Amino acid sequence: MAKELWKGNEAIAEAAIKAGCRYFFGYPITPQNEIPEYMSLRLPQEGGVFLQAESEVAAINMVYGGAGSGARVMTSSSSPGISLKAEGISYIAGAELPCVIVNIVRGGPGLGGIQPAQSDYYQATKGGGHGDYRLIVIAPSSVQEAVDLTQEAFDMADQYRIPVMIMGDGMIGQMMEPVEFKPVAKRVLPEKTWATTGTGGKRKPNVINSLFIDPQECENHNIKLFKKYDEITANETRVENYNVEGAEIVFVAYGTTARIVKNAINTLAKEGIKAGMIRPITLWPFPTAAVEAAADQASVKAFLTVEMSMGQMIDDVKIAANGKKPVHFYGRTGGMIPTPAAIVEHAKKVLGGAK
Amino acid sequence: MAVVFDKTKGLTDKPFHYCPGCTHGIIHRLVAEVLEELDLVDNAIGVAPVGCAVFCYDYFNCDMHEAAHGRAPAVASGVKRVHPDKTVFTYQGDGDLASIGAAEIIHSAMRGEKFTTIFVNNAIYGMTGGQMAPTTLVGQKATTAPLGRDENHAGMPLRVSEMLATIPKAVFVERVSVHDVKHINQAKKAIKKAFQTQMEGKGFSIVEVLSTCPTNWGKTPVESLKWLQENMMPYFPLGNFRTPEEEK
Ligand SMILES: Cc1ncc(C[n+]2csc(CCOP(=O)(O)OP(=O)(O)O)c2C)c(N)n1
Ligand code: SF4
Ligand SMILES: [Mg+2]
Repeated sequence: MAKELWKGNEAIAEAAIKAGCRYFFGYPITPQNEIPEYMSLRLPQEGGVFLQAESEVAAINMVYGGAGSGARVMTSSSSPGISLKAEGISYIAGAELPCVIVNIVRGGPGLGGIQPAQSDYYQATKGGGHGDYRLIVIAPSSVQEAVDLTQEAFDMADQYRIPVMIMGDGMIGQMMEPVEFKPVAKRVLPEKTWATTGTGGKRKPNVINSLFIDPQECENHNIKLFKKYDEITANETRVENYNVEGAEIVFVAYGTTARIVKNAINTLAKEGIKAGMIRPITLWPFPTAAVEAAADQASVKAFLTVEMSMGQMIDDVKIAANGKKPVHFYGRTGGMIPTPAAIVEHAKKVLGGAK
Repeated sequence: MAVVFDKTKGLTDKPFHYCPGCTHGIIHRLVAEVLEELDLVDNAIGVAPVGCAVFCYDYFNCDMHEAAHGRAPAVASGVKRVHPDKTVFTYQGDGDLASIGAAEIIHSAMRGEKFTTIFVNNAIYGMTGGQMAPTTLVGQKATTAPLGRDENHAGMPLRVSEMLATIPKAVFVERVSVHDVKHINQAKKAIKKAFQTQMEGKGFSIVEVLSTCPTNWGKTPVESLKWLQENMMPYFPLGNFRTPEEEK
């Protein structure tokens, strides 16, 4: 297929349909409205259902019902809406249901703003809802990558029975880029024998549930979940290493910020400064090993984490660097976007201090 | 030996955990008997609430979901949209449906979701130990209204059936009680009609069942049945508020 120009949000929606998603439940919020709008037109054409819920709370619970019934289901929202979905996400994680949740992040806290941000990193990777649970969190940095990973997200969700979050920002959602819809690598997916489909008199009832009133059973359930999370960490961690070999300074950045950082790296190279970047593609599982390896690399003097937030992912970078190399931070937030020039300047300051 | 009584196939063999004299158990049996009589047990997918009936997913002998507090109608909407040919129902208490889940029930009714809701109104939060519900009567004592509900402070109890009956796509709305045999039989008829309405694809159906909570009302089971008649029924009148026929 030839490349076509697609707007990020619509491309994500079409990718979901191509992945077999037939049910979408959502509530309007900027800057992700093109996703539900696109779904409302396209899903009925594919024999699916789009439903505008009364709230994000209802939407995520419709996802719970649809996913528990064995379907490929998606919802999308932006930061304030994801806060409302947190309850449902915790239940979905607890009941081990597969689904895909898109967060086109905007500035916060509170009503915040509608411009791009990355200030929901903690919410996505450290909880958001209650209890010990994890989501697979994927952070594409181009529309093409958003398309590829959205398709794969449905398979990952089904394989591990886990909610997968696509974490974009307003830039990914709103910009237009050339895209090619490609088939994803086939995975062996388990049958959904646990889904509620009516017993048909042929089997014992299936129950979709996250309640374990006996504390020992509840602990056992948590231990089972964490075995699964370990397996996901081993199999699904994704990262891009860019010019890390021989770098003096290693940036860590994800999503659209990583593209701006690449610009800064090229500028630094012209000035004779060797800089590289670790770009986490999965925010959870976080590519700890890539940071560890860079921290052990003799050429590396320091890390510089760049985020569109006041500094959230930096915690994971520090944990991975484990004090071996200093970890610095540069960020803009509230919808402000870091410029390559400001990043270059900050990197020079860091290196100056490191000498 | 002739069998004179048999438990419905709509229920599993798991013993109920309800307090002695609690009418949740009667309501479970009515729902299960209706499912069996309509030959829907194998076709049904139920959604349990958060409240004393949380474990009904172990009692109904069909596929079940356990929803978050108040969200059962949203979960049921998701289930029914995926399985439009299945029989979907929610079983919810008054705190679950009329308080935290008020938006979910109203909008499911507004959309005319083709599932059936069994709404158990016992005028109290049973599970959490007797706190005030939106349906607690004025003057009725609750652990969070120790002097009785004061209408100037907490407002007046919500009449859910009357409110939902104003919604065009809530096509079957009836309030029943289970305080004696005659009313139990009437309640069963209404529950059956509600499920039939769903299976005919006519729209949203709900049966509000007045129920007792001897434990948190601080009364014996017999006193509770009497209290329901004398106090709940005057404020929550029994009767049908909507039938599909009315639409014509
Ligand atoms: C989000 C949330 N808030 C509060 C609770 C605690 N809670 C459990 S059951 C319940 C009230 C149940 O009352 P009702 O729905 O009337 O059911 P009943 O027990 O009376 O049958 C509450 C407040 C909860 N589980 N989840
Ligand atoms: S607390 Fe009340 S509603 Fe709950 S089981 Fe006991 S009597 Fe029934
Ligand atoms: Mg109650």
